Amino acid sequence: MTATTPTATSNVTERQLQVGQIPARVLVGGTGEPVLFLHGAGGLMWDPFLDALAGDYTVYAVEHPGAGEGDALAHLPGIWELVLFYDELLDALELDTVRVVGHSFGGMVAAELAANNPRRVSRLVLLAPIGLWRDDAPIPDIAAMPPESLPGLVLADPNSPLAEMMVPPADDPQALFEASTRMASILHFIWPIPDKGLDRRIHRISAPTLLVWGSKDKLVSPVYAEDFAARLRTAEISMIDGAGHLPHLEQPDAARKAVLGFLDDSATAARGR
Amino acid sequence: MKSIMFHLMPYRDLPADFENKHESIWVTPPNSELCDPQRVAQYYKWNLDELELADSLGFDAVGVNEHHQNGYGFMASPNLMASALARRTPNNSAIMVLGNTLALYSPATRVAEEFAMLDVLSEGRLAAGFPVGTSMDVNFCYGVPPTQTRPRFREAEELIIKAWTQPGPFAFNGQYNQLRYVNPWPQPLQQPHPPVWLAGGGSVETWELAAKKDYTYSYLSFFGAKFGKKLMDGFWAKMDELGVDRNPFRAGFAQQICVSETDERAEQEYLEHCSYFFNKCLHIPPYFFEAPGYRTRRSTEFAIKTNQPGEIAAAAALEKNWKTLNEEGFIIGGSPSTVADRLIEAAKTLRVGNLHALLQIGSMPHELTKKNITLFAEEVIPRIRHIWDDEGWTHRWWPQGAAVRAVTDAPDRARV
Repeated sequence: MTATTPTATSNVTERQLQVGQIPARVLVGGTGEPVLFLHGAGGLMWDPFLDALAGDYTVYAVEHPGAGEGDALAHLPGIWELVLFYDELLDALELDTVRVVGHSFGGMVAAELAANNPRRVSRLVLLAPIGLWRDDAPIPDIAAMPPESLPGLVLADPNSPLAEMMVPPADDPQALFEASTRMASILHFIWPIPDKGLDRRIHRISAPTLLVWGSKDKLVSPVYAEDFAARLRTAEISMIDGAGHLPHLEQPDAARKAVLGFLDDSATAARGR
Repeated sequence: MKSIMFHLMPYRDLPADFENKHESIWVTPPNSELCDPQRVAQYYKWNLDELELADSLGFDAVGVNEHHQNGYGFMASPNLMASALARRTPNNSAIMVLGNTLALYSPATRVAEEFAMLDVLSEGRLAAGFPVGTSMDVNFCYGVPPTQTRPRFREAEELIIKAWTQPGPFAFNGQYNQLRYVNPWPQPLQQPHPPVWLAGGGSVETWELAAKKDYTYSYLSFFGAKFGKKLMDGFWAKMDELGVDRNPFRAGFAQQICVSETDERAEQEYLEHCSYFFNKCLHIPPYFFEAPGYRTRRSTEFAIKTNQPGEIAAAAALEKNWKTLNEEGFIIGGSPSTVADRLIEAAKTLRVGNLHALLQIGSMPHELTKKNITLFAEEVIPRIRHIWDDEGWTHRWWPQGAAVRAVTDAPDRARV
């Protein structure tokens, strides 16, 4: 899932940077002010949602460290070092202040980044983020289920074409292992429960924040939207009908509208906020 | 060859519909619904009686291991069982704890302490097993991130050996164990420390550690020598590559064994219990076997190259009738001479000098288990004990305080 998709219309380039001891891979596309995008457990790919962002912004989509070969994770024992990695990466990209969009695990990292260095993040979009925990709405253990049951959990419509890209071919052990390694690089930071203390730090976030949730998200229940909103200084919720855990891909028009509308400062001003 | 009576301590009375009704024997089998402590009290008595019988009949060792939330082995603390055995094995068998899952203990000096206690309590009869541990135990039951499994294991191994061999107190500044004062009382009786026995399922890194630190390696699987050959060939190729000798006592393997008066009788008596084991006790979904990040890239690439995923799937798909189980080598069953012949063939094929004999299998009742142990001790052990004598190797990894029942004449003259 590292190739650009055929639907990509922007001119996307790949940049390799060295951040301390860790190699970073960044897909860059579009023009305009910078947006940092942090992906979820499915891995980095240039998808139609990033294409839409790239229509108005320069999108920097970063691959989480440890998804490929190498020993990046040995240098990143926990979420704290991962956040510092992203902070250093922004320096390496010569980006001082950015809008940040993160999905799922990427949403958790985006929130941690904005809490760690609030002045660096001007606007924050969290797409179905993890990072908080409720005993009455436990987030299922994605490592403890057969891969073929993932689409039913992640997608509002498990028969949608999106299901195909989620399950690697069962007859190709190397492909299965690469998928497993990408997953491992995420689980490294959230095992066994995706609550690593964001609750103690989230109050530091100063950026206005948009929470985008699929109303049918069975992986991270929409009840978490209120938990995030209650802890953030300035937050709004966009609940997307007919979407599961990938609202930006399942209902692209609605998600795009909500996200682009929020990222645009002037539009916010026009809405009278 | 050394014979170790190895006990998994399974639940012997799982319901008939267990495998259809429940996700797994391991991690998630509901405890209040399925595990009756009254029955477990009976099992524990039987299990210890069976191991004590093995000691009295002349096995070289009695063996226990560690699993968690597991219906085929709920010996969460093998050290508790080993301490009971240390007091009730008058024939001085070695006490093989294979082992303590190092990555689970923080600080890992807990293992150094308990193993040292066992070594002293048993007067130097402890074999100290250091398994990396399964993904089920380490990642799913104990919540260790899969990517930390091996780093934690390696650090714990280093800390424990230091705690045993370096005069205390000293400081240890690890990533997972940070201690100002490492100074366990007592240190072990055996010098420089109890022999370390690694155990695993074919990770290249574990073989390298065995070579580097001169530890034994036991290949633990339930699929027999035919399946294990590629693995052990890989182990010996690694030893050759690293300039380590081919002493068969460096290596061990686990085998399920059923002995009766005749081959036919073995099937009549034992098939039901073997079926119980393979159908219920190995009812584990694939996703529990390897959480993403549990296995390293190098070991995975070796596994793919040797087609292990394909062979495991094929083994799992086989119908587990007596003929198949025996032909595939999952079980070695039959008369004493059949069993001895096949064990010798397996040991020679794998080049191993230590047999972890699994003689209580699945639902096998106490009386039948005693029969199996007795026939094995009286009629099989004498035929397999001396199979490596002609090569003249010394077993340098046997606990110093354990009775030596297989004396090899003048091994040093013959070999060194």
